[in-house]
Amino acid sequence: MTDDPANKLAYDETFSCIQCGTCLPACPTYKTMGKETQSPRGRINLVKMAAEKKIPLEAIREPIDLCLGCRACERVCPTNVPYGKILESAKEALFEQQKDASSLLKRLEENLFYKQIFPKHQVMAVAGSLLWFYQKSGLKNLAHLTHLTKLLPENLETFERATPDVHVRGMHRAEHVKNETAANYKVAFFNGCVMDAVFGRINDMSVKLLIACGCSVVIPPKQTCCGALHLHGGRRAESKELARRNIEAFEAEAPDFVINNAGGCGAMLSEYPQLFADEPDWKARAERFSQHSIDISVLLAKLDLPLKKTLNYRVTLQPSCHMTNVQKVVNEPIRLIQKLDGVAFHPLDDPDFCCGSAGIYNLINYEPAMEILDVKMADVQKQNPDVIVTTNPGCLLQMRVGIERERLQDRMKAMHLVELLAEACGIE
Amino acid sequence: MTLPKAVLQNLKKVIRDPKRLLTREEDLLSYGYDASFGFYRPDLVVQVLSSEETAAVMKLANRYKLPVTPRGQASSLSGGPLPVKGGIVLDVSQWNQKLVIDPEDLVAIVSPGVITAAIDDAAAAYGLMYAPDPGSSHFSTIGGNLAENSGGPRCLKYGVTKDYVIGLEVVTPQGEVIHTGGRTVKNVSGYDLTKLIVGSEGTLGIITEAVLRLVPRPPATRTLMVSFNHFVDSGRMVTKILTSGILPSKIEMMDQASIRAVEAYRPLGLPIDSEAILLIQLDGHPAAIDEEMLKIEEIAKQLDAREVKDAATEEEAKELWKARKLVSPAIVRHKPTKISEDATVPRSKIPEFCRRLQQIKEKYKIDLVVFGHAGDGNLHPNIICDKRNKQEMGRVEQAIQAIFSAALELGGTLSGEHGIGTMKSAFMAQEFSQETLDMMERIKHAWDPNHILNPGKIFPEPGVKLVLSE
Repeated sequence: MTDDPANKLAYDETFSCIQCGTCLPACPTYKTMGKETQSPRGRINLVKMAAEKKIPLEAIREPIDLCLGCRACERVCPTNVPYGKILESAKEALFEQQKDASSLLKRLEENLFYKQIFPKHQVMAVAGSLLWFYQKSGLKNLAHLTHLTKLLPENLETFERATPDVHVRGMHRAEHVKNETAANYKVAFFNGCVMDAVFGRINDMSVKLLIACGCSVVIPPKQTCCGALHLHGGRRAESKELARRNIEAFEAEAPDFVINNAGGCGAMLSEYPQLFADEPDWKARAERFSQHSIDISVLLAKLDLPLKKTLNYRVTLQPSCHMTNVQKVVNEPIRLIQKLDGVAFHPLDDPDFCCGSAGIYNLINYEPAMEILDVKMADVQKQNPDVIVTTNPGCLLQMRVGIERERLQDRMKAMHLVELLAEACGIE
Repeated sequence: MTLPKAVLQNLKKVIRDPKRLLTREEDLLSYGYDASFGFYRPDLVVQVLSSEETAAVMKLANRYKLPVTPRGQASSLSGGPLPVKGGIVLDVSQWNQKLVIDPEDLVAIVSPGVITAAIDDAAAAYGLMYAPDPGSSHFSTIGGNLAENSGGPRCLKYGVTKDYVIGLEVVTPQGEVIHTGGRTVKNVSGYDLTKLIVGSEGTLGIITEAVLRLVPRPPATRTLMVSFNHFVDSGRMVTKILTSGILPSKIEMMDQASIRAVEAYRPLGLPIDSEAILLIQLDGHPAAIDEEMLKIEEIAKQLDAREVKDAATEEEAKELWKARKLVSPAIVRHKPTKISEDATVPRSKIPEFCRRLQQIKEKYKIDLVVFGHAGDGNLHPNIICDKRNKQEMGRVEQAIQAIFSAALELGGTLSGEHGIGTMKSAFMAQEFSQETLDMMERIKHAWDPNHILNPGKIFPEPGVKLVLSE
């Protein structure tokens, strides 16, 4: 039975887990759900058992669906288990198993929409932003999202009204921005679809910041979505296609760096080579692409920021999990925050604990995501910041939801790192 | 085994939150393993949060003669939390609500699910320390540590878990709640049941609360790394240090195979032609440490050590300890299965034990690296293998037998800190006389007449051999 979806599971990789349990305290769902089944070690064991056909594939669906994919477990693992690979293989197998996705849709309809989104303002904000983006980006072709968008009211303005921070915009940014002075680096800017759709202003600021730091910036017009959400949804083939298009689009510009400002996208870009394990030519191109694809904070930390303003903020940082655990970028955002005049930095006690955004996790698994967010917000409250800085659009939206849930909107706001830096540099 | 219907019905009355009674297949399958070998599916998982709940579960299990296996976070390397006879897994990992530091009595009072490192962190706020530091301290529960009497590097100076327990609340296999010891450092009233329970591997009772002794936190620590051309010199160095009036908090050893593995994995500039490295940590008053450092450097010189690296800052110390931390990931790069043994020998026999380990490595053609707590004779011979390879695992089983024999011949013990569990029970008759084992079994019978609590551990069952292939 070669077409058994269970054959897609990364069986060999499960053997690198020695079941020591180091990952347990790092796992947000183990903390909030309190059982081994919802832990990295538990999930790896279930994947292994499903691969050995000791249990039906369907038995692993819930634990896999409820994994945030934050990969905090990988960072603490003493034997470097490729958890991301195991998780993605499970998602792919489960997707194959149930292409029509009927039960997922049912759950979405009932739980997400009628019970949870409509009655709750702050969730509508997130949902509205993301759903608007799905429509725009073409991601709506995903089976479950196709159905999801059908459930939307005819007029998307309903969502936009609930989402004052969303500015509907297309990709009207100039494609090439030449810096008048001698350029430090030639960088190609990766827009990212959520970033561009929901936070286009932050993309504009990013480009301006890079220019102000002496870079010349190119925005390759043929770039597309990074493919992370597709891969996390088990759609490897589509993800690969997007990766190919991006690699081609950026190769054409031959930049010194490909710069992105979304931790999740950046992580995906850095793992493009893994998509092409069996295509040596593409793998080599993907490796060249990934090697110089970095988060904006990594480059800005090397350059001189033209600081102009003193900001009297007490700041904490909720780093993007994928930036920390996959890109392994940890110190640069902190160094940048600490450079700013007047800013007092108060790190979270447990910054590596996911905020619960996790791509579209907070839409599909609303209750678990909010329980995780509550843990995060308790940590935030201890630091009592004026500003929560994030490095990824999903986290930014989730932290806004968190601020609203705790009714802190009068004295606390969430900002992308780029917004904070731009403000300090007098860039709007 | 099938669970009598009445058991679940009754349990639902005791455990009011249905989330803490796990019956779904994927849940049961998630409580069938630990960090050692073997997989056993329980019939039910109960997550208790009080001694009343625990007592009720035990009463019920005793009435129906159902096996009960206590479990913390299942980081055991000896099989302690494996439900080998099925039945109920009694999970205390979520019972982490109580962690009280009493700085006047110098004690911590904890519930069994508290993570061990959290106790030390809480004590630090008062300038105190909970000394035992098993390698798993950041993810293992104190309940598990107590059941297994865990050790750790710092035990060289401070002693093991049992040296820090002065009082316990225990639920017996028959469901009674008893209290042992108290809150005083000195206490000689009656039999010392506290010390009997600690290290009994969850076979005599379930620890539901513990009173732990705290000690003043040393104001300073300092780390140095000494490398040697010849392995024997590292052993001599340990003896020399310990007989010159210095008691370091840790002395950790890495053999050449582990040095080379780490360098191949992540180059740190370790000397790969060195036969051994010692990592030494001193703690205490800064002035005393300075003096001890000089003495140790002098000893190193006398013994022709190749190099002494002294970490001037906390950061540099971290860098030195990194070498030791990287051993585990470094050695599993080519084969996935790692069997960590903890056979322990008297300190004077470390060089001889290491020589025998090399012979065993060659004779059975196994990948063996040796590192660990050289200061107290608790080495960790680690066998790296692939559990899918039946032939290799057969050789590994023989090699483990040979390691145990060597340790016992040298006057040592099967286990320094991991426990007997399922992994070493087959070898108990080698370490103990029949009379001694009988005495242990009589104690077990007195506590647990129906033999329901953690069955299949410690005591050798007729015909049971160590089997590592699946």
